[in-house]
Amino acid sequence: MSKRLTCDVVIVGAGMVGAACALYAARAGLDVVIVDRGPVSGGTTGAGEGNLLVSDKEPGPELDLALLSGRLWAQLAEELGGLGELGEVIEYEAKGGLVVASTPDGLAALERFADEQRAAGVVAGPVQDGALYDLEPHLAPGLPGGVYYPQDCQVMPALAAAHLVRVSGARLLTGCTVTDVLLKTDGTVQGIRTDRGDILAPTVVNAAGTWGGEVAALAGVTLPVLPRRGFVLVTEPLPRLVRHKVYAADYVADVASDSAALQTSPVVEGTAAGPVLIGASRERVGFDREFSLPVVRALAVGATQLFPFLSDVHAMRSYLGFRPYMPDHLPAIGPDPRVPGLVHACGHEGAGIGLATGTGHLIAQLLSDKTPDLDPAPFRPDRFPEFPEEEDT
Amino acid sequence: MTDDRPHLAVIGAGPAGLAATVAAAAHGVRVTLIDSAARAGGQFYRQPAIELNAGRPQALHHQWRAWERLRDALARHVEAGCVTHLTDHHVWLVERQLERQAGGADRNAFTVHALLGPEQQDPVEVRADAVLLATGGYEKVLPFPGWTVPGVLTAGGAQAMLKGTLAVPGRTAVVAGTGPLLLPVATGLAAAGVEVAALVESADPKAFARRSRALAAQPGKVAEGARYAAQLLRHRVKLLTRHTVVQAHGDDRLEAVTVAALDTDGRVRPGTARRIACDTLAVGHGIVPHTDLAETLGCRLDGTDVQVDDEQRTDVPGVWAAGETTGIGGAALSLAEGHIAGRSAAARLNGTEPDPRIWAPAAKSRTKLREFFAALDTVYAPPARWTDLVTDDTVVCRCEEVTGGAIREAVDGLGAGDVRTVKLLTRAGMGWCQGRMCGPAVAGLAGCELTPSRRPFARPVPLGVLARAGEAEADRSAAAPPDALPD
Repeated sequence: MSKRLTCDVVIVGAGMVGAACALYAARAGLDVVIVDRGPVSGGTTGAGEGNLLVSDKEPGPELDLALLSGRLWAQLAEELGGLGELGEVIEYEAKGGLVVASTPDGLAALERFADEQRAAGVVAGPVQDGALYDLEPHLAPGLPGGVYYPQDCQVMPALAAAHLVRVSGARLLTGCTVTDVLLKTDGTVQGIRTDRGDILAPTVVNAAGTWGGEVAALAGVTLPVLPRRGFVLVTEPLPRLVRHKVYAADYVADVASDSAALQTSPVVEGTAAGPVLIGASRERVGFDREFSLPVVRALAVGATQLFPFLSDVHAMRSYLGFRPYMPDHLPAIGPDPRVPGLVHACGHEGAGIGLATGTGHLIAQLLSDKTPDLDPAPFRPDRFPEFPEEEDT
Repeated sequence: MTDDRPHLAVIGAGPAGLAATVAAAAHGVRVTLIDSAARAGGQFYRQPAIELNAGRPQALHHQWRAWERLRDALARHVEAGCVTHLTDHHVWLVERQLERQAGGADRNAFTVHALLGPEQQDPVEVRADAVLLATGGYEKVLPFPGWTVPGVLTAGGAQAMLKGTLAVPGRTAVVAGTGPLLLPVATGLAAAGVEVAALVESADPKAFARRSRALAAQPGKVAEGARYAAQLLRHRVKLLTRHTVVQAHGDDRLEAVTVAALDTDGRVRPGTARRIACDTLAVGHGIVPHTDLAETLGCRLDGTDVQVDDEQRTDVPGVWAAGETTGIGGAALSLAEGHIAGRSAAARLNGTEPDPRIWAPAAKSRTKLREFFAALDTVYAPPARWTDLVTDDTVVCRCEEVTGGAIREAVDGLGAGDVRTVKLLTRAGMGWCQGRMCGPAVAGLAGCELTPSRRPFARPVPLGVLARAGEAEADRSAAAPPDALPD
């Protein structure tokens, strides 16, 4: 009745992180199966903008992972995949980010932040006065300046995940729900149980994103992943009037915030396909999928303040997604000492697309007993207290 | 001037919306009827533009008397100040707020957000105590090779052209697809002087005759069918049942179509293809309910239909729905549902429990018509194997020019299993129509059920309008969320 597959690694979650884990694990010589209860890119990956950012990260382990990931993304983009260069297929664009200050004080703070980032390896160029309008001619007049980050890039996330899965050669089982993590009598992982049978493997990678806490629970451990809702507005297709990823300086503060209340800060970017994407809102309201006019209106206000020409541009649609939020804003990456054989790769909040390559690369190194390029200690999955305080859900 | 009557916003001025408006306005409710067209009537009672000065518009319609009654009643209520009829208003969102009352109880309040004017750039907001969604449906057209050639139009589009502009789309037409709409389209075109070379129906309507119970309950519908059959005969329209159009030919302009017979499994029978010269192909495969506004309000759907109770109430307090949006069933059913919805809303807005006996005749005809259309639904269906006809280079999503091959590649090669993921991987459904046209086709090619996709904006809205939407409301409400705006 149940079809038994045997493989080295079974990855739970066919989003961006699962896809990258599959790719690098397969390249390390491991036999990989990916399962997802939905289609490929069906969760947060399909609701994201595809940012590969260093600009919004303060010095620390996340920035180190972002820099490693950025190098890996650039390498992948040059590989062949599908009908052409993989980068073209997944709409990889090294377009650079532009963080804009709205006041002289804001600019000073932004420059201090950039100085710290430079010390950590980020390329950040000051942009003052007219130079701002050379970079983005359609910005609102009167802005004092900003900082330009050439390492900020973008991909089309759903395409990126789907094509990385394909390039990996891993077996993909969609529409397949994991119902249990199977453990041996000694407490080590034996595989997973799904609604379509058992899959036996000595290693299970939890790449279930915002639902990573549920997969961890199947293995009997807690992982405090919480949904942090975000809306994105999509405009009608336009010629390239917005050239970079452009956002207001307070976005960085919003990303780093622990508040459950709604925060919005304008993030505006053109895409290869033409539409302009507008974010970003953050609020912790559980998995509430109801449309919210106040949130979307705030996005429109922010975007039209940054780029006044957008007032006459049509919003075609709006969608929402749930970022996998962790209390300390760092993902869980690596083996779970509580359940040998269980490995986590989730909880990347809004940075999962960007951090996916580095995450996959580290996971593959850890699975093949190589020395990881980065110290994985800050990402330890068991770094949280076993019974965390009840969060607002 | 203050008006303390409760206020109902009716969206859509087709048969359901008109019937609801008239019923509610006659029972102590102030109604704002909001519609995108310049004149009331909807698709069914679509009126020719006034400047065309049509002598006998009823020649293109049936149930003209019902229309005249509604039209006159609407005019009376408008005259009396009970109804405000907003034409050329394109609703993009209905927002529901809970207003805290002095006594502490919550009260429903709705804001209907619309765009006005030829460019649809000017915002209009209508506040109401309840809303009644009579948003109708839109035509389903499944793709086939050549369906994008100029000269191919939707069956409903051909009919709208006839009714609205009194113009005929061409000289020689083929009407094709499936469903009861094809009959009036073919006879309407023929009566207007177009040579209708064939009516190509993929179903076998004879199967319908076997469903005698539903038929017997609807002698009017039988007579209507017989009347169409006689008209087809009179205009010498060749009726090809269990046939389908397999290709439309022509580069700049339609020159001919190839039609073929279908076997019992819905496959094209080899050797039956024949070419029919024509400059117009009117094609349609049924109607899909328009549910965007209902979905964004959070109304529960049953498949693709808005779910309603016996009073036509949705599961969202203060929201009624009537007509095609609750399931496809034609004008007579829409009239019955609209009437019931209007009476129910009027009673409840005035704080009374409605007595269903007041709409008993409408309820009776609603029951019969729903049975009739459920039976019809089992007969009229696209060929079971219609996806076989979609070649890899057939454009499926016209807005984004996505081919059948690209969609198959996303499903078979990349792991897309539903319409949303196909959209993400191919852009099918991301264009101006937001997948309204290609949704059923993409679902078919992906091998999944057509589920309504969430479209928070029922139509594109300028960001400048969105940025100010409900501004007055936001100022008033202390519960407005704090925005983290630039420092």
